Amino acid sequence: MKIAVCIKQVPDTETRVQIDSEKNWIKESNVTFVLNPYDEFAVEEALKIKEKNGGEVILVCLGPERSISAIRTGLAMGADRAIHIKENRILNGLSVAKALAEILKGMNCDLILLGKQAVDDDNMQVGPMLAELMNLPSITVVTKLEIADSKVLAEREIEGGLEIVEAELPAVITAQKGLNEPRYPSLRGIMMAKKKPVEEVELQIPDSEIEILNMEYPEPRPEGKIVGEGPDAVKELVRLLKEEAKII
Amino acid sequence: MEGPVVIFAETRNGKLRNVSFEVATAGKKIANNLGKELIAIIIENNENTLSHSLGIYGVDKIINARNPLLESYSTDGYAKTLSEIVEKINPSLILMSASAMGRDLAPRLAARLNVELISDCVKLDLNNGNIEVKRPIFAGKAFITIRSNSRIKFITLRPKVFTAEIFDENKKAELEEYNIDFSGYKFKSKVKEILQEKEGKVDLTEADIIVSGGRGMKGPDNYKIIEELADVLNGVVGASRAAVDAGWRPHSDQVGQTGKVVSPTLYIACGISGAIQHLAGMSSSKWIVAINKDPEAPIFKVANYGIVGDLFEVVPALTEELKNIMKD
Repeated sequence: MKIAVCIKQVPDTETRVQIDSEKNWIKESNVTFVLNPYDEFAVEEALKIKEKNGGEVILVCLGPERSISAIRTGLAMGADRAIHIKENRILNGLSVAKALAEILKGMNCDLILLGKQAVDDDNMQVGPMLAELMNLPSITVVTKLEIADSKVLAEREIEGGLEIVEAELPAVITAQKGLNEPRYPSLRGIMMAKKKPVEEVELQIPDSEIEILNMEYPEPRPEGKIVGEGPDAVKELVRLLKEEAKII
Repeated sequence: MEGPVVIFAETRNGKLRNVSFEVATAGKKIANNLGKELIAIIIENNENTLSHSLGIYGVDKIINARNPLLESYSTDGYAKTLSEIVEKINPSLILMSASAMGRDLAPRLAARLNVELISDCVKLDLNNGNIEVKRPIFAGKAFITIRSNSRIKFITLRPKVFTAEIFDENKKAELEEYNIDFSGYKFKSKVKEILQEKEGKVDLTEADIIVSGGRGMKGPDNYKIIEELADVLNGVVGASRAAVDAGWRPHSDQVGQTGKVVSPTLYIACGISGAIQHLAGMSSSKWIVAINKDPEAPIFKVANYGIVGDLFEVVPALTEELKNIMKD
């Protein structure tokens, strides 16, 4: 099986976001960049499928120069090689999907995996867009994946339940937490990753038709209060919920 | 901005979901402002009895796409259906809920229409006839206001943020049947089965009241007291990443940057210290109560009301007190 995993480098979830002076993105100084957490599930799933069926796992990453650290993480986990589409702009979903499709169209992969969303822009768009552009089935937010006889059977999360979805390979799948437990790169894996091939590609990607007008912090929450200590404070809390918040 | 405003009205088991009314209300406001018609597209094979319920939320016309093959959800089947109708209507704006279905379907439809998609809008404004959208990024650590320059503006709305408001009790929408032809088309993916966790169970993202437990719960069995409190309040149980990673709760319960972003009316955090990635996921709750033994815990900074103390004493006491007042 030839499996592609589309990955993105994002700020660590512990990051305290600081807005830049242009008010259209965050300040990148002092930010630790990591492999997008949902992409880790995608890489892990690809590696598990390869271990079972044989084949090749290829990472495809769109992003600036610094993205190489996320690519190396994926390679250290066990991916075979990577393609880095160099791009410095912040692009919306459709432009990213078009760029990825351009690369992936010639690759004849049996399976394309992505994280269900990147935890920076939280757009959650690229998987199904890529599938549509490549005329392939898409199954998103997948927590269980079975592959047999060129068919995929996937469980995906919906409100208060699960959907069982069937599709034929090749297919585009986006990974949700719960799909697997991503492995930590071993020391040997990290050493080997340095020698694995990373092909750099530049594409003519048009600008997104999205304009960022402003960026702001969430409205500060009103000053709260400590109602009291221990179970004795419960009566007062209930009174406040009833009389002040009026929610019970 | 030429063309009508179109919404996709989502159904499950033959019933409209509440998010459809939220989207209809938001759509009506824009349509009225622009002096446009509000059209709802619905995919429903049974006898359609929904025109009245959408009409009262301001929908002028319902286009009901029918084909026995659409009985169960298919991402590409639905995207093909909607794009065919959308290209006929040529709307200026499409609105859909950022529900599980909307998040799966909207990007596929956007790519098919070759227009940009704006996901997860929390505020929709008209500025000189231009639609400006506010949406969270970094799970709500910041917000951006953006504008789409695509030929059709296509936006998904975060559930529970926009309120469904009745526009006119007596309004009935005009109903048009649309038979979609799938001959020669092979569905790429198809839902085989839906497994409902519990009949009528409300999802965290749509819950009014959430009671969450974190590392302080010390183990999976102790969630019984959280469940009891949630039951009294008719709420839903959530969890922090620490609790989910420890295997105490299913991952679908996780609130935070790598879990669900929630905005209930009331969020009760029990034994949750308030790591930044958790705060990002729940800070937009209307009212927050924190119960934690550490008075320095960051969760108290976002809580309206805090109780410093042992959750194993405080939570059962709170459940009891609520039971008492509910009786009255």
